[in-house]
Amino acid sequence: MKNKLKKLTQQQLFLPIVCVLLVLCVNVVYDVAHDRAFYDFFRIYIQNDLLNGRIINILNRGSEVAILAIGMTLVVSASGGTDISVGSVMSLCASFCCMLIAGFGVSSVSSAEEFATPMIVGLLGALLMGCLCGAFNGALVSYLNIQPMVATLILWSAGRAIGLLLCNNLIVYIRVPEFGVFGGYLGPIPTPIIIAAVCVAVTSIVLKKTALGMYIQSVGINKKASRIAGLNSQKIIFCCYLLCGLCAGIAGIVASSRITSADSNNIGLDMELDAILAVALGGNSLAGGKFNLAGSIIGAYTIQAITTTMYNLGVTSAQAPVFKAIIVIVIVVIQAPPLKAWMKKRKAAKASVQKEVASV
Amino acid sequence: MKKFLALILALSMAFALVACGGNSGNTTGNNTNTGNTGNTGSSDNTGSSDGELIRVGFAQVGHESDWRAASTNSAYEVFSEENGYDLSFVDSDNDSANQIAAVRNFIQQGMDYIIIDPIVSTGWDAVLTECEEAGIPVFIIDRTVDDSDKYVSWVGSDFLVEGQACGEWLKAYAEDKGIEELNILVIEGSVGASATIGRTDGFKEIADREGWTILDSQSGDFTEAGGQEVMESYCQSYAGQFNVVICQNDNEASGAMTAMDNAGVTYGVGGDVILVSFDANKPYVEMVMQGKINANFECNPMAAPTVAELIQMMENGETPEKEIYVTESWFVAEDNVTEITVNGEVQPVIHVTQEVLDARPY
Repeated sequence: MKNKLKKLTQQQLFLPIVCVLLVLCVNVVYDVAHDRAFYDFFRIYIQNDLLNGRIINILNRGSEVAILAIGMTLVVSASGGTDISVGSVMSLCASFCCMLIAGFGVSSVSSAEEFATPMIVGLLGALLMGCLCGAFNGALVSYLNIQPMVATLILWSAGRAIGLLLCNNLIVYIRVPEFGVFGGYLGPIPTPIIIAAVCVAVTSIVLKKTALGMYIQSVGINKKASRIAGLNSQKIIFCCYLLCGLCAGIAGIVASSRITSADSNNIGLDMELDAILAVALGGNSLAGGKFNLAGSIIGAYTIQAITTTMYNLGVTSAQAPVFKAIIVIVIVVIQAPPLKAWMKKRKAAKASVQKEVASV
Repeated sequence: MKKFLALILALSMAFALVACGGNSGNTTGNNTNTGNTGNTGSSDNTGSSDGELIRVGFAQVGHESDWRAASTNSAYEVFSEENGYDLSFVDSDNDSANQIAAVRNFIQQGMDYIIIDPIVSTGWDAVLTECEEAGIPVFIIDRTVDDSDKYVSWVGSDFLVEGQACGEWLKAYAEDKGIEELNILVIEGSVGASATIGRTDGFKEIADREGWTILDSQSGDFTEAGGQEVMESYCQSYAGQFNVVICQNDNEASGAMTAMDNAGVTYGVGGDVILVSFDANKPYVEMVMQGKINANFECNPMAAPTVAELIQMMENGETPEKEIYVTESWFVAEDNVTEITVNGEVQPVIHVTQEVLDARPY
């Protein structure tokens, strides 16, 4: 029994999961204190033929950050730096997508007949634009050896502006149900959940079934040694940034479909920071090397869980950031290496004392 | 492979450079343009004193929304050459450094009047002092300047009155419909924004007086995504408990409508929930006409006509007041309430018809 518990606590995912449960527990306490059933927060029900409930909200609203976190994890692992352009790239891709669909300079489309190009062209265009941005970042980082943060700073500041230019400085509205599907519902299930799940599944299968995951980690741990061992480090880093851009493109489509418009000023605003935080909350080192994709995904949903908790608790908007900060501090401190080491030491000391007592 | 990648990189960088080049070329083009018109204007001045154009410099925030575009267009219309003005317009692209540079440029060009819609509310004292030393009167419109009073007047919306008007209309509407208990959910704007503070306080004042219940008040950040997320949460926390939703701008209202559709809550005329919005952009005034939104309270972007009046006052040697509010209209979907009393002042409520909608400039 004790052994099993020990094994469980030593799992890499143990702490991230504990953290997300901790956040959810806050809701249980709150609900019980307010004479609601303790499972109120976890209740999933069908309303108006659609899946509904707080947990569904978390999974739904957290999708964009979860998708971004996939790309961010790979980038952090391979290059030991972060891609801070993902939020802007999201906005750029969303603008490009809506621009292609509505036609340049058109600010509002209300039916599918008014589409300038078929919707699929817009979607593929957005993904392509994401890849292009990723390739640009990747080329700067891997082939020109520019610091990742500096390299991605270019698109961080330019992406949103290019998006505005593409949309002729307007918010492009595509008030068409077909376009709203990607951020709305597919049957009773919110589509973003499905998209995020597919992205996670495809990435983890590729990482598990091919050696790519191992290559990325080895490049992240020691670039030079990997090269000497026969890996093309530059190419691998380039690929990671490309994938990160693609993820940003997908997230951009989801975000713009949610509001059936391309609001380039607001889509993906500050989301790069959420994505980086997700990677960190997942127990990954931002210095690169070993990574745990599942951890990052849990991290992403932890962030959304905190937001949803704030809504559930009815914390006023002005105070919410403070509460969020406190929760994040607690989570990060729990996972901090010195604290972990201290816990281990204490445990060892306890064990040795017990041994001594037993021998006496 | 490497060469290929290098090629792609080179191409993409070239693309970026071209993009930047095109952009800056454009702005410089604009600048020289305005400079030119300015010059011809002054040469006209020296030529004939009776046809003298008043030179006005306008440092606009940017072009982020339809509201902003309406504000810009209104300035172009009012300060036209036919009306005796020569307007130099600068779009600051939401960058306050650009804006301050534009104002300094206006001083150098020797404008007669300068209009600023300040992107940020602080850091203005130095440049406004320069304006004062150059003897150029400055008008502030829309947003406010907190750290300096070296301007003639501020012209803008009274958000507090907007919030109060919303409350007074709701009171009259509820009385007419015989709704006795109002349980209200508010979706606020960005935390700390003057529009958020004014609209929240104004509405709360009436709500407290009438003893209404405000169930919750959360920020939707003035965005559609924000409004959607907050409303989604409201529909779960307060299912069946609320009958009024106040959104502090149109985008939030749009998001709230999507969330209520998903949750199966009906709103608008004949719905379970009274939906109120602020700003009154044209597409949303149309929604009022269709009965999707019960009432929409305008935030008037047309400060330019008022500023023009003030300029004429100053030309005649009068001193305008420090704070001037633009007139605003309240749009509703039904004709049961025709006027409301806000702060003791009777104001008309406009029932939106096709004619009203067609007459809307933005």
